[in-house]
Amino acid sequence: MLGYALRRLLTLVPTLLAASLLVFLFVHLIPGDPAAVLLGDSATPEEIASLTRELGLDQPLYTQYLLWLGNVLQGDLGTSIFFRIPVTAVIADGAETSILLALMTMVWIVILGVPIGVVAASYRGTWVDQVTSGGAMLFASVPTFWLGLYLILIFSVTLGWLPSSGYPSIRDTGGLANLRYLLLPSFTLAAPNAALIIRLVRASMLDVQREDHVRTARAKGLAPWKVSVKHVFRNALIAVAAAFGFTFAALVSEAVVTETVFSLPGIGRLVVQSILRRDYPVIQGVILVIVVLYMVINLLVDLAYARLDPRVSLK
Amino acid sequence: MTRPNTDASDLLLDMRGLTLGVATPDGILPVVQDLSLSLSTGETLGIVGESGCGKSLTSLAIMGLLEGTPVRVLAGEIFFRGRDLLRLSPRERRAIMGNEMSMIFQEPMTSLNPVYRIGDQIIEAIREHRPMSRRAARDRALELLTMVRIPDPAGRIDSFPHQLSGGQRQRVMIAMALAGSPRLLIADEPTTALDVTVQAQILKLIVELQKDTGMGVMLISHDLGVIAETCDRIAVMYRGRVVETAGARELFQDMRHPYTRGLLDSIPEADEDVDRLSAIPGRVPTLDETITGCAFHPRCARAGAGCDSDQPALTAFAPTHFARCHYPLEPDA
Ligand SMILES: Nc1ncnc2c1ncn2[C@@H]1O[C@H](COP(=O)(O)OP(=O)(O)OP(=O)(O)O)[C@@H](O)[C@H]1O
Ligand code: SF4
Ligand SMILES: [Mg+2]
Repeated sequence: MLGYALRRLLTLVPTLLAASLLVFLFVHLIPGDPAAVLLGDSATPEEIASLTRELGLDQPLYTQYLLWLGNVLQGDLGTSIFFRIPVTAVIADGAETSILLALMTMVWIVILGVPIGVVAASYRGTWVDQVTSGGAMLFASVPTFWLGLYLILIFSVTLGWLPSSGYPSIRDTGGLANLRYLLLPSFTLAAPNAALIIRLVRASMLDVQREDHVRTARAKGLAPWKVSVKHVFRNALIAVAAAFGFTFAALVSEAVVTETVFSLPGIGRLVVQSILRRDYPVIQGVILVIVVLYMVINLLVDLAYARLDPRVSLK
Repeated sequence: MTRPNTDASDLLLDMRGLTLGVATPDGILPVVQDLSLSLSTGETLGIVGESGCGKSLTSLAIMGLLEGTPVRVLAGEIFFRGRDLLRLSPRERRAIMGNEMSMIFQEPMTSLNPVYRIGDQIIEAIREHRPMSRRAARDRALELLTMVRIPDPAGRIDSFPHQLSGGQRQRVMIAMALAGSPRLLIADEPTTALDVTVQAQILKLIVELQKDTGMGVMLISHDLGVIAETCDRIAVMYRGRVVETAGARELFQDMRHPYTRGLLDSIPEADEDVDRLSAIPGRVPTLDETITGCAFHPRCARAGAGCDSDQPALTAFAPTHFARCHYPLEPDA
C-alpha cells in the first residue's frame, strides 16, 4: 500500500506540471493590468510602466512562466503584488480559517449524512423516510448563498445566538470559543453535501440489503441491528467513501461563496479578492495549492477504498 | 405451544398445513398450500420439484427468513423439537437460527460477505450463540474448516471470499452452518451453482457430515437424480403442494404420481441418448394463473374426468407413501 502511494505521488509530477501551465495561462488571461489596478485612477502612464517593469510583467509570458515555475519548485510561490509579502505567508494566513471550516464541514456532513441516511434506509417507505428524503432533496437544491443568508437572518439577526460574520483566529482572545463563528458557515457549506451523502447512504444501504450475504448474516441468528451495522452498513460504506472525493471538489467551489457570504478571512475569499486586485502570484499560488490538495485527497480516497473493499487491489 | 402428545420419538421437524402467500398488486397469491412434512433426527429428506414450485420459500419459512420478502405465512404450524416456531418471538427464533437449525444457500459466490475474512465470518457465527474468547472461537473455526475438508485450513482461514473457488466457498458456508452444531441443516440447492465434479464432492460431504453428527438434513433440489442419491425420504412438490412423498426406494419402485414419473424420465441416464430424454411437456403455470382441480392437469397425459375440477386428496398407498392423484400410476409389474 505504501509502495502504491509513492508510485501514485510520482505520477502526480507530470500532472502537476501540466496543471501549473494551465493555471499560469488562465490567470494571465484575466483582462486588466495589475499595475494599473494597484496604483489606482490617479497613476500616470510612467508610474504604471515602471511598476510593470518592477513586477517583471513586461517580460515575455514564457519567461515569466519559467521563472515562476523555477521558484515554485524551490517552494517559493512568489511575492504578492498587493500585500508585498511572500504568497506562502498570505496563504498561511487564510489557511487557518479554511482548514477549520473544512474540518467542521466534514464533521457536519458525517454526523448528519451517515445517521440520517441509515435511519431513512431502515424506515424505508414510512413517513420517516419521506421526511428525511424530502428534506435531503430540499437541502441539495438550495443555493449556498441563499441558505447562508437565511441562517444569518434566523440565528444572528433574529435570535442573536451566533455571530453573523468574520472569524477571529483561535490564537487570539476567545481561543477555541471562536469556533462558534464557523458554526453557521460550516453548516451552510455542509448542508447540500450532507444531503447528497444522506441519499447515497440510503440508496447503498438498500442495495446491500438485497444481497445474498445479508440473508446469510440473518441466518446466523444475528440481531437486526448487528446485521445493519456489521454487514449492511459496512458494505454500503464502500460506495460512500468514493463520494467523499467528489464532495471535496464541490466544497472547494462552494467555500468561495460561503466565505464571501460570512466575510471569513479564508482562502476562498482570498481568491476572489486577489482576482479583483489582479494579484497574479496569489491566484496562481492558491490554485496550485488546491490542485495539489485535490490530488492528494483523491489518492487518500483510493487508499480508503482499497482498505474498505478487499476485492480492490492497488496496482 | 407444545405439541400435544409429543411422543419421545426423534421427530425433529413437523410442518402441518403450512400455507404461504405472496402479496402482489392483484392481492395475495398462494405460493405454498397446505404443506405437511416431517423430518426425524438423522434423516435426510429430499424436496424436489421444478423451478418456482415453492421449495425455497418453504425452507425460508422454516428458518424464519421470510422477513424482507413480500411472502407471509397465512396458516399452519411448524413444530421444531416440539415447539411451534411460528409462535416464538423474534428473539426466540434468532436463538434457534444458526444454532440448532441452520441453512446453506444456492449461491456460494454471493452468500459470503465480501469484506470480511472467512475466518471472521465463521467466528461470528460461533460466538453469536456460544460466548467464548476469540482465540477459542478461532480454534473452533479451524476445526470446522477441517471438517468440511478445506485444504490447508490454517492458510485459508484469513482469506477473503473472493480468493476462494465456488466449491470452497460452499464448504465455508457449510462450516458456518455447522458452527452451532445444528440438529437440522437445510440445504437449498447447495450444488446447483457448482461444476458437476464439485457438485458430487459437496453432496458427499453433506452426507458424511450428516452421518457423523446425526443431524437431520433437508435437501432441496430440482434434480431428482441428486435427491435419489442422497436422501432417505423424498417429497415431490408441484406448484406449492406436495404431490407425492415416500421413502426413497419406495418412491422409485412404486411411484404413483404422473409428475414424479415425468421428473424421473427427465433425468438423462449415463448410457442413454440425450434425445431420448423426455422432459415434461408444457411449462409451470405462473402464480397469477388460477387452475382449478389438480394443478398438474394441463400437462398431464393421464388427466381424466374430475382432474380439472377437484383437487385430489393426499392418499396413502403404503404407511409412508402418499400421493395426490385421481388416476395414480399402477405399480410396475
Ligand atoms: N420475493 C418474492 N416476491 C414475489 N414472488 C416470489 C418471491 N419469491 C418467490 N416468489 C414466487 O414464489 C414462487 C415460489 O418460489 P420459490 O423461490 O420458493 O421457488 P423454488 O421452488 O425455490 O424455485 P427454484 O428452483 O427456482 O429455486 C415462485 O413462483 C416465485 O415466483
Ligand atoms: S390428478 Fe389427474 S391431472 Fe392430476 S396428476 Fe393425477 S391424473 Fe394427472
Ligand atoms: Mg429456490
